[in-house]
Amino acid sequence: MSGERGLLEGLFWRAGSLLVIVYALLPVAWIVALSLKPAANLNDKRFVPQRFSLEHYRAIFADAQFPAALWNSIGIAAISTLLAVLLATFAAYAIVRLRFRGRNLVLAAALSIAMFPPVAVIGPLFDLWRTLGLYDTWLGLILPYMTFTLPLAIWTLAAFFREIPWDLDQAARVDGATPLQAFRYVIVPLAAPGVFTAAILVFIFAWNDFLFAAALTSTNAARTVPAAIAFFTGSSRFELPTGSIAAASVVVTVPVTLVVLLFQRRIVAGLTAGAVKG
Amino acid sequence: MSRPRDPAEERLGWLLCTPAVLAMLLVTGYPILYAIWLSLFRYDLRFPDQREFAGLANYASVLTSGVWWQALGNTLIITVGSVAIELVLGMLLALVMRRALFLRRTVRASVLVPYAIITVVAALAWKFAFDPVTGFVNPWLGLEQPWLTQRWSAFLVIILTEVWKTTPFMALLLLAGLTLVPQDLLDAARVDGANAWQRFFRVTLPLMRNAVLVALLFRTLDAFRIFDTVFVQTRGAQGTETVSVVGYHTLVTRLNLGLGSAVSVLIFLCVLAIAALFVRGLGASFAAEDRS
Repeated sequence: MSGERGLLEGLFWRAGSLLVIVYALLPVAWIVALSLKPAANLNDKRFVPQRFSLEHYRAIFADAQFPAALWNSIGIAAISTLLAVLLATFAAYAIVRLRFRGRNLVLAAALSIAMFPPVAVIGPLFDLWRTLGLYDTWLGLILPYMTFTLPLAIWTLAAFFREIPWDLDQAARVDGATPLQAFRYVIVPLAAPGVFTAAILVFIFAWNDFLFAAALTSTNAARTVPAAIAFFTGSSRFELPTGSIAAASVVVTVPVTLVVLLFQRRIVAGLTAGAVKG
Repeated sequence: MSRPRDPAEERLGWLLCTPAVLAMLLVTGYPILYAIWLSLFRYDLRFPDQREFAGLANYASVLTSGVWWQALGNTLIITVGSVAIELVLGMLLALVMRRALFLRRTVRASVLVPYAIITVVAALAWKFAFDPVTGFVNPWLGLEQPWLTQRWSAFLVIILTEVWKTTPFMALLLLAGLTLVPQDLLDAARVDGANAWQRFFRVTLPLMRNAVLVALLFRTLDAFRIFDTVFVQTRGAQGTETVSVVGYHTLVTRLNLGLGSAVSVLIFLCVLAIAALFVRGLGASFAAEDRS
């Protein structure tokens, strides 16, 4: 690659890189800009705000709805993540390391649930949760989030676990460790990066969900941020509170985006692990 | 590996898998069976006393209603439209990520941003951008278009939102396939005088056929379930309802569990059919690979 052709090609890929960055960041920049516009300027149709104001941020935290939803979102997503990763770690360890009948059945079941349309269970869950008193509670959302993220967690963890050196586990077994001890003292430290990746992916799923939150909650008791934002009401029924929505969006977007950027490599590995190794 | 099974190992294996399997059975297996059961009843939560066995009447009324078929058509339009654009755009993105040395880290980081953003937030951001009152899109294009209140332009915005949000995922899957293509082979093709197009279509693409199929499978199933974007941007108005939106409205808004469950079961069957189609394609693809 030399001379004019190489130079042209280099320019081509440079332009491509810039386009990709603009593509990814444009709507984010837009929602941040919108959230900083004073109420009087919200309808100026400009991308860049003429004046800056934090009034929308003050407004959403002064109201009871958004702080409650934020707390629900954090709590529900965190507990779902903890449970899903715990159960998936057990299952993935068994699938990768142990020989037992039905091993492939577990993987197949997980895969079929990954393809499962969530809308197919919201009716029955709606009915069941109302009977069992789980409607509009944290547990009522934690259970579906945990279950629907198990496949993702199991496949990601299994892919990571396959990369762990077999010999260490075997060595521990030879030295007299029980399978459980080998798991606790040898595998867990080696598996921590994989577990962490699975946790981020599960957390993002639970944090992002709207369908279950919209169908299975109704009040500040358990309504999470996506549902709260979608059902925010303005001064009149037909007017969206644009400024509040934009500010709330920025508040819930920034922390997760930072985490994702910080652990970028691991997330990419996790997202593609199941798909490539099959 | 034909060492005899160790009963203790077998027990531990099941012990470790039981909690996960139990959760999956209880929260998805049981409800889908319950949905099939409910779909056979006339059951409206506003009139719970009038619950009675109805056989396949619910399916008959769903399948003879225009709403279901229009929603199915809409869902297919959005699915095919967004997945097709995502495939092309995702491939370009993957190529840029593979080849670009300039701002490499920034590029790889920024493609994850759409993935990290809540779908509802992305849908609202694009809704505001296209809104004739608040948005910057109309002035930039010099138009006065009420995008989300007309059917086809609403589809355009919905598809754009989906494409923006999920192309990075497609690109990452394709990038993983792209890294499996040996560079020597591409260099050899270049020496032999193949131009960039020929190298891509004759060498790269055939070698990553399976990666493409897997990416398409994941994204098609995901796109077919589309709910958040449509609900936030149009609530299904202007004839943009998708099957998931119809299911949600029947179950949660109208509280008609019998009819809604029939919709749910039909959506489930559609997803199964799509999955079966792809799995057959993948099987054929793997078989072809084994032969060659």
